[in-house]
Amino acid sequence: MATDQLTSRTVSDSSTTATRRRFRIDDRYIPVLGTVIVLIAMLAIGGHLYENFLTGRVMANVLINNGFLVVLAVGMTFVILTGGIDLSVGAVLALSTCVSAWMFTHGWSAAFTIPVAVLVGTLIGLAVGLMVHVFEIQPFIATLAAMFLARGLCYIVAPESIPIADPVIVSLSTTRWPVYGTFVLTPSGVISLAVVVIAFVTLHYTRFGRTVYAIGGSEQSARLMGLPVARTKVLVYVISGTCAGIGGLLFAVFSRSGYSLTGVGMELDAIAAVVIGGTLLTGGSGFVLGSVLGVVVLGLIQTIITFQGTLSSWWTKIFIGALLLVFVVLQRLLAIRRR
Amino acid sequence: MSITRHRLFWPVVALLALLLASVLKSHTFLDIEVRDGHLFGGPIDVIRRTSVLLLVALGMTLVIATRGIDLSVGAVMAIAGAVALTQIASSPDPGSVATVAAAMGTALLICLVIGVWNGFLIAVVGIQPIIATLVLMTAGRGIAMLITGGQITTVTSAPYKSLASGYTLGLPNAALIAGFFFLVTALVTRRTALGVLIEAVGINPSASRLAGVRARTIIWTVYILCALFACIAGFIKSADTMAADANNAGLFIELDAILAVVIGGTSLAGGKFSLAGTLVGALVITTLTLAITILGIPANAVSLFKALVVIVVCLLQSPKVRNSSWGRRRPAVAPVPASVEVSA
Repeated sequence: MATDQLTSRTVSDSSTTATRRRFRIDDRYIPVLGTVIVLIAMLAIGGHLYENFLTGRVMANVLINNGFLVVLAVGMTFVILTGGIDLSVGAVLALSTCVSAWMFTHGWSAAFTIPVAVLVGTLIGLAVGLMVHVFEIQPFIATLAAMFLARGLCYIVAPESIPIADPVIVSLSTTRWPVYGTFVLTPSGVISLAVVVIAFVTLHYTRFGRTVYAIGGSEQSARLMGLPVARTKVLVYVISGTCAGIGGLLFAVFSRSGYSLTGVGMELDAIAAVVIGGTLLTGGSGFVLGSVLGVVVLGLIQTIITFQGTLSSWWTKIFIGALLLVFVVLQRLLAIRRR
Repeated sequence: MSITRHRLFWPVVALLALLLASVLKSHTFLDIEVRDGHLFGGPIDVIRRTSVLLLVALGMTLVIATRGIDLSVGAVMAIAGAVALTQIASSPDPGSVATVAAAMGTALLICLVIGVWNGFLIAVVGIQPIIATLVLMTAGRGIAMLITGGQITTVTSAPYKSLASGYTLGLPNAALIAGFFFLVTALVTRRTALGVLIEAVGINPSASRLAGVRARTIIWTVYILCALFACIAGFIKSADTMAADANNAGLFIELDAILAVVIGGTSLAGGKFSLAGTLVGALVITTLTLAITILGIPANAVSLFKALVVIVVCLLQSPKVRNSSWGRRRPAVAPVPASVEVSA
């Protein structure tokens, strides 16, 4: 599948003159296109029903409230592209938040705490990667163990909620940069966008990124092609762990406290966002930007239900489930058509 | 036979070690006494508490044996409790056996539909099990909330309550129910061809289909069974508290159930499954939770120890798993990638 993608990309680049090609959309883009259509439909419906919906403030809030989820979904995309799964991200996010809160209350400076909080995620990701690769434990079980481990460590670091009063974190959480009208960007938003950009460049313009796609397409073929499968497989979990660490930091900025029960079930939101963003769970096909769109779709569902007011919060879950179903069936139909 | 013994060796050692630690801390832990004609004591408590997990893990074992996974069991438990308790609460006579039976019938029917739905997505549409069941894992709790109206429904109904806290012949009903289904499943899978067929589907779905196994029907069956077992587990769980808590009933039990199956030596890659291993796995997890309380470790740290047990057991099993699956799933190609990796 990897070579297939490479050739189709060169074809679509050089085929701007070929008119026949122009009307045919590459199969890889159809799921993402579906996400875009859903997104536009939601914006249209929301804007039609509620007059204050299509304002910069609402859109900025969607980004502010889901910045950490964007980062988690980006990390998850790498893992899912190789055909794996990472169930530990929610717990690792909580651990990173708790560790930073604990360090701040014990007098460490932000310059030291922030790298350590991110490094916690990196280390757990490394441990998972080694478990998956060296001991051939299935990703599902290895990351499940990591999830339990991180959650248990959370309780040890922060048995109760720890408030964060560090000036750096406080200023990060209160800063607002006006962009256009009422649309504002926060430092957290900028960090999550930076993560997205780095991930995008890594996936599409580096050898490592192509190896990730190749492993997802067929691990055996990637091995036989001499690609560094072992290193890449460990690295995707390191990336996912690091992203969870960054996510934890963003969550610390967002909530200004460390609590051991934060992010319960967040791994499922991240997986849902990746799937809604058009990434195949079997690996090998999908885009980071799709995952970002997936997070925005999830955020908009929540916003619309808040705007609606009479719908209870559990409808969010039902809508997300239904949307997941639609996208999975769509992907399945595409896979059948491709055959 | 020596392989079977070896497969369960480490899980059993872990179970014994946990029991030993509990006994060293609380010397009367293993004592069983008769009180009011019922048996009381540590071991009885362990098997009573294991029943919910065992039921869920039982269905999960069959699903995993077909190379699948069912993440929706926790949500199914919540729905089962919500349906049964809501119907009992709205009936004029919550205490009668007929009401309880009718309510349980309705819940079983709904769970049957859920199982059929999961099976349809996986066997007919061909969606990956993990994502097909993720749909209901996410939406299921929302549906349970919809049924209870967002409230925690509480009812008083003696027959329903006896499911969890009643005793028959001195043994807790919950354990008897779980034990009954365990034995029936063991008999049906091991005394008929069903077990072999399930393993065949798990090892190679297309080959087994070509060999005349109705792979689609088998897959459908295991997901229906899994949903029904989860439904019964949901009854016991909700009867324990007599409250339908859509948010917390069976929360994360799918993970515990998968752990129990894996600790019991069934590979997530499908194929050979061991129901006895699942029983041991479920007992290990329950005993671990209980032992941590007895040892005076904060209950919140239980997940830390769970992680350690999982990692240790998985690491101990991993070379064995590799060896046993070497000739079957990874034929002659296996040595080649190893050398490629070293050079790369």
